[in-house]
Amino acid sequence: MINSLRMFGRQTISATVGLGHSGIFLFKILVRRPRPIKTFRLLIQEIFSVGVLSLPIILLAALFIGMVVALQGFNILSKFSAETELGQMVALSVVRELGPVVGALLFAGRAGSALTAEIGLMKATEQLSSIEMMGIDPIWRIISPRFWGGFFALPLLVVIFCAVAVFGGYIIGVQWLGIDDGSFWSGMTASVDFQTDVLNGLLKSIVFGFVVTWTAVYQGYDAVPTSAGIGQATTRSVVYASLAVLGLDFILTAMMMGGW
Amino acid sequence: MNIRLVETTVGLFILGAIAAFLILAFKVSGFSIQHDEDSYRVTTEFDNIGSLKNRSPVTVAGVKVGQVKSIHLDSRTFKAIVTMAITKKENHIPSDSQASIVTAGLLGANYIELSPGFAEETLHEGSHIVDTQPALQLETMIGQLLFNINKSDSKQSS
Repeated sequence: MINSLRMFGRQTISATVGLGHSGIFLFKILVRRPRPIKTFRLLIQEIFSVGVLSLPIILLAALFIGMVVALQGFNILSKFSAETELGQMVALSVVRELGPVVGALLFAGRAGSALTAEIGLMKATEQLSSIEMMGIDPIWRIISPRFWGGFFALPLLVVIFCAVAVFGGYIIGVQWLGIDDGSFWSGMTASVDFQTDVLNGLLKSIVFGFVVTWTAVYQGYDAVPTSAGIGQATTRSVVYASLAVLGLDFILTAMMMGGW
Repeated sequence: MNIRLVETTVGLFILGAIAAFLILAFKVSGFSIQHDEDSYRVTTEFDNIGSLKNRSPVTVAGVKVGQVKSIHLDSRTFKAIVTMAITKKENHIPSDSQASIVTAGLLGANYIELSPGFAEETLHEGSHIVDTQPALQLETMIGQLLFNINKSDSKQSS
């Protein structure tokens, strides 16, 4: 009894320490003397490896999600003989929820885990220490570009995700199930608001990009420098990032629906 | 990998994202720019348009022949002025056709149904449909129905 209580206390303390550690780590990434020209090159490289290489999976997932939402929606809406509202249903559910959330989850699995493993391996093979020995700050050279790369890449991916998913819904709804083209788009344009739907979805994706890359980069930097440690860190990175995305999504949605 | 190739693909990626954003802004959430060289415009007035929207379909006998281009309120008569774009292919609709606003299903979207008349003259660019029927409003209909039922009930009992 006492032992389990002690374990619980120890875990709480270590979780708090970890949170504080990651906060300080984030502070170190964010607050530094800007060196735009050198950083820009590194940033482009990272946007490539984090964003562009995640594009195929995002495109494929978006197409299928759009098509599935259209099929399901058609099934439900046809019970009320309101099939013409399908465009609105697909667009709203994709732009508000599915785009940012599924995009961020895929991003955590595809890019976040890669970031963690990469940084963890650099730590295990003492590349980070060697860079520091050369007088180069590893946070500046290794961590910061990866963080900013992920932070910029996710919103871009989510925007592409939403557009492709709406297109997928269009293919199923209009081309296959035969809903009128004009009703599909007019219902969509009439009900989707630029500010409350599109911009709020984008805001969500920015928050998710921040959280997912922060988690990934920190877990890599904090990994136990062994092969088992890197494996655990990668798992933790994906699990924590996914949970954080889903939890934050609820909070953000509640705030947006409540009108801030 | 070649740094130049990397930069090019990142540039393309960002351009793609901007294009997707523009699609979301224009196509999904509002302001649409449409090509309409192959259609002619017809105006008409309604007492009540219900929930008719821009780009709602215009049909003849259930076949789509065009869509609603713009809706605005006449400041003098307080009627809704609806402009429709009808495809050039359908240039044989009589000019005394009736335009009525109907609903697809019970809760579906509103659209305009043109019932052809008998005139020799056909609709063309800028013509005006005089004979119109406003949108049926479910609430009003139910109200009338209840009123009539009550009336017949009281007649029977008296």
